[in-house]
Amino acid sequence: MAIEVRIPTILRNLTDGAKAVEGKGGSLDELITDLDSRHPGLRDRLVDAKGLRKFVNVYLNDEDVRFLGGLDTEVSDGDTVTVLPAVAGGAADLPGGRR
Amino acid sequence: MRFDSLLDSLGRTPLVGLPRLSPSAEVRLWAKLEDRNPTGSVKDRPAFWMIAKAEKEGLLTPGCTILEPTSGNTGISLAMVARLRGYRMVCVMPENTSAERRQLLRMWGAEIISSPAAGGSNEAVRVAKRLAAEHPDWVMLYQYGNEANALAHYETTGPEILADLPGITHFVAGLGTTGTLMGVGRYLREQVPDVKIVAAEPRYGELVYGLRNIDEGFIPELYDDSVLTTRFSVGSKDALRRTRELLEQEGIFAGISTGGALHAALGMARKAVKAGERADIAFIVADGGWKYLSTGAYEGTLEEAEDRLEGQLWA
Repeated sequence: MAIEVRIPTILRNLTDGAKAVEGKGGSLDELITDLDSRHPGLRDRLVDAKGLRKFVNVYLNDEDVRFLGGLDTEVSDGDTVTVLPAVAGGAADLPGGRR
Repeated sequence: MRFDSLLDSLGRTPLVGLPRLSPSAEVRLWAKLEDRNPTGSVKDRPAFWMIAKAEKEGLLTPGCTILEPTSGNTGISLAMVARLRGYRMVCVMPENTSAERRQLLRMWGAEIISSPAAGGSNEAVRVAKRLAAEHPDWVMLYQYGNEANALAHYETTGPEILADLPGITHFVAGLGTTGTLMGVGRYLREQVPDVKIVAAEPRYGELVYGLRNIDEGFIPELYDDSVLTTRFSVGSKDALRRTRELLEQEGIFAGISTGGALHAALGMARKAVKAGERADIAFIVADGGWKYLSTGAYEGTLEEAEDRLEGQLWA
């Protein structure tokens, strides 16, 4: 078993059009590095020097990782990670807000 | 129970256990049935509080016009009170909200101004703010920034839940105006050490978000993220699936946003089970399913229902 990572439309050029890819790692950081080894460029779109990019939302089993541990959030086999651009994903746009 | 009028019967709603959906005897879910309010939704509480505050401050006097951006329930609550108190009610709502909501609003005498579907609730807020500027004599109660919204929950919903569930560990509600989470959240944080306040935010497909850009992002003035412990983003499919589970396993016929709250509640329940901790998790049933029958949410397969819901606001 692995960790399923759902990719938003805007990043599917990096995954050959795949809506979801699989990866492994003990933390979100390791998972993203693992994905980047097969989908080069993905890490740069999600992470900058300060951590998760401002307009990217990442959810672990639908829970916002910014309220968990950010890039240090623990992940394990069977989890689902959802990546969304903040503009299309809710946090930025809905009443409820952007942080 | 006897009350002097319908308005007096607000609140004191049942908190019911979910024996089948709760994972164990140590990790239990409790549903606060807010559909048992005078117009059938949790919004009666903030609506009554906002009108009472405006009357007290002298902003609202007989014959006044109330203006409000609303995707439905708040408008329905306000329209009912407005009718009883003799105010004219004008609602601004996105054109992609359900037919039942429009009928209910008109039934209580409200006038409806539609805002473009593509902008969702944010666009309704913008249109309402423009109208308010054009009609300075109209009173916009503005649920997204009116402290009376959160205060209604601080003074009623929160104390009711704690009285019924002194061992509460988690409170879960949908995130819209943020009034429920801010009000109940602040109250519980004062009373219950380490209580977890959990937001369930609706996640819509690209049809709803369509044309907007980042600069148009909107945060309700009431929102204070320090009140929250964590935040879930719930897609239409999961919200629908949980709404159906609630109906099939516990007999509770709720609206679709309730499925979103239940999804987050079950997410927290799973974590409690995994950590070997006890939990009493209360979540809000914001309204019943009646207003959503025309969306087809309760018919056919989940996939069919999800397709029918695409592009519609469900929370």
